[in-house]
Amino acid sequence: MLDVAALELRYGAIRAVRDVSLTVGEGELVALLGANGAGKSSTLRAIAGAHKPASGTIRLNGENVTNQSPERMVRNGVAMVPETRDVFPDLTVAENLRLGAFTRRSDEAGVDEDTQRMFRLFPILSERAEQAGGTLSGGEQQMLVIARALMSRPRLLLLDEPSLGLAPTIVGRIFDMIAELKSGGLTMLLVEQNAAKALAVADRAYVMRSGEIAAEGTAADIAAASDLKALYLGG
Amino acid sequence: MTAYIQFLIDVLSLGGAYALMALGLVIVYGILRLVNFAYGELIMVTGYTMFLLGGSALPWIVMAAIGVLMAILAGIATDYVAFRPVRAKSVTAVLITSFAFSTLLQNAALLFISPRPRNVPLPDIFSETVHFAGIVTPARNLITIATAVILLAVFAWVMKRTVLGIAMRAAATHFTMARMLGVPANLIISTAFAISGFLAGIVSLFWIGRIGSVVPGIGLEPLLVAFIATVIGGMRSLQGAVLGGFLLAFIDTGLNYSLPQELLKFRDAFTFSLVILILLWRPAGLMKGPASGQRT
Repeated sequence: MLDVAALELRYGAIRAVRDVSLTVGEGELVALLGANGAGKSSTLRAIAGAHKPASGTIRLNGENVTNQSPERMVRNGVAMVPETRDVFPDLTVAENLRLGAFTRRSDEAGVDEDTQRMFRLFPILSERAEQAGGTLSGGEQQMLVIARALMSRPRLLLLDEPSLGLAPTIVGRIFDMIAELKSGGLTMLLVEQNAAKALAVADRAYVMRSGEIAAEGTAADIAAASDLKALYLGG
Repeated sequence: MTAYIQFLIDVLSLGGAYALMALGLVIVYGILRLVNFAYGELIMVTGYTMFLLGGSALPWIVMAAIGVLMAILAGIATDYVAFRPVRAKSVTAVLITSFAFSTLLQNAALLFISPRPRNVPLPDIFSETVHFAGIVTPARNLITIATAVILLAVFAWVMKRTVLGIAMRAAATHFTMARMLGVPANLIISTAFAISGFLAGIVSLFWIGRIGSVVPGIGLEPLLVAFIATVIGGMRSLQGAVLGGFLLAFIDTGLNYSLPQELLKFRDAFTFSLVILILLWRPAGLMKGPASGQRT
C-alpha cells in the first residue's frame, strides 16, 4: 500500500534522513523503531506531506504522492496521529472530532455515525464531549487525537509515538486499542521508542539509526536480534 | 439619566464599528500571524465603488451590496497579490508587500479619481434623527448598533457551529495540524481574507456615512483604530478584538464628553496614553489567544 524509496529529508544543511526505503502492505502493522533523533518522526511527517523530501519517492497504492500537500494526503486516505498530541486546546472534544472529518463534511449522517462510534470506542471522550481539548489529561488527549484521525476514515494510519509521556496503564490501553484497530483491518505505520510494546503488536519492523535504516525484518526477528540494544544506544 | 443613555448609544455605535473593524483585521492575523496593512484600503474600495455608482439609478441598498462585494474581492486580491507569493518566504517580505499593495490602491484612487473628497450616496435614513425618551440621536447610530449586534452574532455562530468556522479556529492555533486533518490551507486563508473584506465593506458604509465623502487616505484611521483595538484586546483573540473595539470607543467617547473644549483637539494623545497604561498593565492584551503560536 505504502512504498517509500530512497527518501532523503533535510532541515537546512542537516540531512536528517538518508536513503530510507520502506514498505507497508495492505492490512499490515509496521513498526518504525529507533532512538531519539534517529529520523523516525521526520520520515512519518514526510509521508503525511508535512515535510517536503529533498529526494526520493513516496508511493501510495502505486501512485506517486511525493510532493503532495498534507490536506491532499488526507484525501488520499492517510491520517496522522502526531507525536506532540496536537489537540486543538480551545476546541471542544466534539469539535476536534468534527474537524477530523473535514474531508467528508458533506456526509453529515456518516460523520454523526462515526462520532458515536468513536464515543463507544473511547467512552471517556463521550463524557468529555463538550469540554475543551486542552483540559483533558495526557492519555485522554492521546485517545482524542487517535479518534480524530480515524474520523477521516483513513486507509493508512500514521502513529507517532502514541505512548510518549503516558502512564504505563494508559500505554497498555493505547496498545490494546492499536491491536483492536489492526484486527479491524486498518493498515498502520507506528513510530515508537517503546520497542517491546511496539514489537508485540507489529507484523514487521524497521530500525532506524542516525537517519538510516539499520535493520529490518519480522517483528519476531527484530525482537530476537541481540544487537537491538546496541542499535538503540547507537553502539 | 438621558445623558447616560445618550452616552451609551454613542459608545455602542462607535464601538460596534470599531469591533467589526478589529475583527476583520484579527481574523487574518490569527491565521497568518501577519498584519494586513492594506486593510484600510478595503474601506476605501467600498467608498469609491459607492461614488462611482452614485450617478446611477440603482437603489442605495444595491449600491451598498456592490460596494461590500468589491471589498470582499479586494480582500481576496490582497491575498493573491501581496500574501500568497511571498507567504512561505519571509515575514518582512509580506509586511512590505502589504504596504505596497496599500500604496498601490491609494495611488490608483489618486490618479484615476481625484485627491479631493468625492461625495458618496447616502440613504435618507442616515440623515434622519430619532427622538425618544428625551434623547436625540442620528438614526445611523441605531442602525450601526443593530448591524454590529447582528453581524457579531452571525460571526460567533459561524465560528462555533460550522465546520469551516471550526477549521478556521483550529488553523489559528496550529495551522500544520489542521492541514494534516485535511483542511486546505488556501481555502482557509482566502476565506479569512473574504470575511475581512466583508467586515471592512460593512464598516465602510457607516464610516463613510458619517462623513458623506471618500478620499484616498480614508482607510488610515480605521486601520489604526482596528490595530489599536486588537492590540488592547489581544492580537490572537477574536473576543479580544471585539472587547478592544468597544473599550477604545468607550475611551474615545468618554474623552469627548469629559474633556474641556480647548483640550479636545488633543483627544488622541489622551486616548493613546490610556492605551499605553492598559498595555503596561497587560502587555499581551486583555484576552489571551489560543495556546500555541506557530507561524505557517
